[in-house]
Amino acid sequence: MEVFTPLKETTEILLGNGGNPLESCYQCGICTGVCPWNRLVSFPVRKLIHKSQLGVVDFENEEVWQCVGCNACVDRCPRGVEIPHIMRSIRRVIMELGAGIVPHSLRVTEKNISAVGNPLGEPPERRMDWAKDLGVKTFTKGTELLYFPCCYQTYDPPTKKTAVATVNILKKANVDFGIPDNNVVCCGESIRKAGSESLFQRLARTNIDIFSELGVKKILVTSPHCYHTFKDEYPELGANYEVIHLSQYIAELIKDGRLKPTKEFKQKVTYHDSCCLGRYQGIYDEHRQILNSIPGLEFVEMPDNREYSLCCGGCAGRLWMETKKGERLSELRLEQVLDVGANTLAVSCPYCMANFNDGVLSMGKTEDIEVKDISELVSEAL
Amino acid sequence: MAQKKAAKKATQKVVLKDTEPKIGVYVCHCGSNIAGTVDVPQVVEFVKGLPAVVVAREYKFMCSDPGQSMIKDDIKNLKLNRVVVASCSPLLHEPTFRRAVQEAGINPYLFEMANIREHCAWTTEDHGEATEKAKALVSAAVKRVYYHQPLETREVPVNANTLIVGGGIAGIQAALEIADAGHKVYLVEREPSIGGHMIQFDKTFPTLDCSACILTPKMTSAGSHPNIELMTYSEVEEISGFIGNFKARIRKKARFVDESKCNGCGMCIEKCPWKADSEFDLGLSQRKAIYTPFAQAVPNIPVIDKESCAYFLKGKCRACEKFCEREAIDFEQQDKVVEVDVGNIILTTGYDPFDPTPMVKYGYGKFPNVVTGLEFERICNSVGPTGGKIVLKDGSEPKSIAIIHCVGSRDENYHEYCSRVCCMYALKYSHLIKEKTKADVYQMYIDMRCFGKGYEEFYKRLCKEGVTFIRGKPAEVTDRAINDEEKGKLIVVGEDSLLGNVIRVPVDMVVLCIGLEARADAKQVAQKFGISQGADGFFIERHPKLDPVATMTEGVFIAGCCQGPKDIPDTVVQASAAATRVLATINKGNVELEAAVAVINEEKCSGCRICNMLCPYNAISFIEEEEVSRINEALCKGCGTCVAACPSAAITHKHFTTEEIIAEIEGVLV
Repeated sequence: MEVFTPLKETTEILLGNGGNPLESCYQCGICTGVCPWNRLVSFPVRKLIHKSQLGVVDFENEEVWQCVGCNACVDRCPRGVEIPHIMRSIRRVIMELGAGIVPHSLRVTEKNISAVGNPLGEPPERRMDWAKDLGVKTFTKGTELLYFPCCYQTYDPPTKKTAVATVNILKKANVDFGIPDNNVVCCGESIRKAGSESLFQRLARTNIDIFSELGVKKILVTSPHCYHTFKDEYPELGANYEVIHLSQYIAELIKDGRLKPTKEFKQKVTYHDSCCLGRYQGIYDEHRQILNSIPGLEFVEMPDNREYSLCCGGCAGRLWMETKKGERLSELRLEQVLDVGANTLAVSCPYCMANFNDGVLSMGKTEDIEVKDISELVSEAL
Repeated sequence: MAQKKAAKKATQKVVLKDTEPKIGVYVCHCGSNIAGTVDVPQVVEFVKGLPAVVVAREYKFMCSDPGQSMIKDDIKNLKLNRVVVASCSPLLHEPTFRRAVQEAGINPYLFEMANIREHCAWTTEDHGEATEKAKALVSAAVKRVYYHQPLETREVPVNANTLIVGGGIAGIQAALEIADAGHKVYLVEREPSIGGHMIQFDKTFPTLDCSACILTPKMTSAGSHPNIELMTYSEVEEISGFIGNFKARIRKKARFVDESKCNGCGMCIEKCPWKADSEFDLGLSQRKAIYTPFAQAVPNIPVIDKESCAYFLKGKCRACEKFCEREAIDFEQQDKVVEVDVGNIILTTGYDPFDPTPMVKYGYGKFPNVVTGLEFERICNSVGPTGGKIVLKDGSEPKSIAIIHCVGSRDENYHEYCSRVCCMYALKYSHLIKEKTKADVYQMYIDMRCFGKGYEEFYKRLCKEGVTFIRGKPAEVTDRAINDEEKGKLIVVGEDSLLGNVIRVPVDMVVLCIGLEARADAKQVAQKFGISQGADGFFIERHPKLDPVATMTEGVFIAGCCQGPKDIPDTVVQASAAATRVLATINKGNVELEAAVAVINEEKCSGCRICNMLCPYNAISFIEEEEVSRINEALCKGCGTCVAACPSAAITHKHFTTEEIIAEIEGVLV
């Protein structure tokens, strides 16, 4: 049997890298029971925390990359331990101190973000090409709202539709908005959770300097990840913005009568609550209000909804890591979509969209399920 | 009236032969607590130079016998008439030194303490800063004590009656202790019968005594004791007064049954055709509109529930009246309000069980076979909703039961504290299940807290009775089966942290070990009796270790679960402790009141009455005929609010005069 000896130095290093929550854990195990991964693979969350407490984490074991930071465990933890922060501290030690192995595809993505400011490795000069023919202005001093789309929504063809739809909606509602120029970089939310702390600091600094110069006060986002980091993490660097996610904005516009969905969408639609808007921010009702206001749309709820929503498996950088077929949370979720008889899966996050699109393909269900962002559904109904 | 007559002046050995203040100053080392940071000799040298200081000494532990003797000898030999001790917080040793100077013949109010420990040595590591501050603090005390005047404490007699609020085991125990000692007790209980939560239990751990069997003798004792006046179905509306002299206004709610005529035959209950959910059985069974909560109720006099009685609702029926041979039914009965005089109050209001409905993932309220601990007590009890048979909601016998610990306790999302009794009652249920059924029993625990006498042994006994212990807090209770074995069952899902595996345990019934929480109206009760709640909602004791039954309000005591979750043995102990404290004051016969109170110079008083409204203790009244306000010294706590507010500067605060305060400020600004 392997015999362990606690190594204080390792614990200190983890504590020094934001792993302080590990001190409060009293090892009840509810995190392991709640973690969605355990429906598919073996992920002993509690045990990994105890190994952190003792300083005997195996930094070369794959399990340190399993956590998606969905916060399902944090919501139930009786000691209020922020378990994803502990996971992040382990990854920081690997990414920044070289204590273990970084999964290959994650390493590639990290290099992309570092070199060209986006995870897809696309040229920065083409960042705003998606908006070329849409007649959208670039944000300048005095523009009321900055619309900041996710890197995926600017480069990746299927998710680009979200940005296009968003612009359509904003124009129809006569909003005074502008898009950023090519100098902005990735918001850095997921790569920070994947352990690249210094890269995140650099990305944030770049964006904050640009926003300051332009006098940005209000930012509209279409990714819950951008929402989380601009609202909750950029203040650590002294930058405070009013951040709104498109769903909140649309819900308000519909309520105020500035947007009127009139075209029918006669499909059975279900909605997947994204972790970063749902459990992180408590935003659930807006999406349902929006979907229920689209004529002809039949809305059904899946089990595991709202604060019990099943993560798609894309947060915390896992979107950029290999997950074997049969072990994918997205496919588990798509089964639920089929179970409730829905043929359209509405999402509000580009990572969810990417994951579910992949899942639909690999499950061979392209005829049965269409994945659409809320912005697309609303834009098509105007 | 009695209060006015009662204010006696205690004689003090006032020795103030010289009007010239002669101050003795004593600077304590407190081991290394003070001396480790403050240069004590330097402070002493400094003090020697202050006006009116006759002697300045230092010593390792001033509170010790030799330290106190030093003061007393100096008073005698050097004819000191003022003393300053520079040491720790007055909260600890002011009484010690006041007593010492009193024994040497000086009025205890001619003494002042300078706190150079908590306020000085313990606040900084800088020796220079600490020493300078110590000098300033001692200088302030010396300048102040110069102006101190001798003051007299007052004594008021203690009314020998006691009010006990709450008729559970704690209230009953305290009442019996005081009543057996020969003094009168008013025992007020808001339910129709005394007995509290304990009478709802089936068996008690670890002895497995039948709860009703051990409690009912005490209940009948309390119900028939010549010194206990039982006021059930009653609530305290208002409390006024102060220690030794409280007035309580109690509302006796209308039972609509004449207590003097009813003989408890129960015919009315038998004949009543109207039903409602039984509160005693937590809604698991029904009772009649006219009812006693349980068979052994004390007093055994029924109550009509207006909300379910056809007469009150629709003007019909009156069956109870028809069949009552004693003509005891009185639909016209009104609430009765009485006022009683008592000297002490003991609060024994108990707890509320935690409601696990918000814990959506455990399915309480969704799955019929998920029950709380208290509901399970009623199920096990032979006079409960199932006649003591452990059955599922459809009447069939469960083949497996899971018991989940720490529901609503040890959980930041609900209550952070541990409820102390749940591990033990979980073991008790395991035993009862094994005794009455052939069901498999699983206990999902995080820790096993078996701290009391016989508790650990009880745990071992249960291990041998075939209970399976699984260490891990379950993530959920679900009915979503993943295989045939799980179909139709409730599946408890969680990690077995000792195995390191997620386990799924299909069972028929789940018992949630709910915790104890403060009563829903604890805030209102605390305000009524002038006490405070802690952050956890329970009433706060005067000191968690050394004074667990007293409160910051003199004359008001707390005992039992209203102070914090505890088991029956600890409740009984606290109840007896509170009773003892009450008996001590009754025995002494009178109570000393603080002398540092406020007094109104009636010649200066303009009758504006600003002070009347400001007094938090309602100690100031306006004398119409004389057009002045007057402070009741017995009620005054010396908070100083009126002193500061009086626009005519007509109010003096004894021991906190303007002279004394200004001198203290001047002294600190050395």
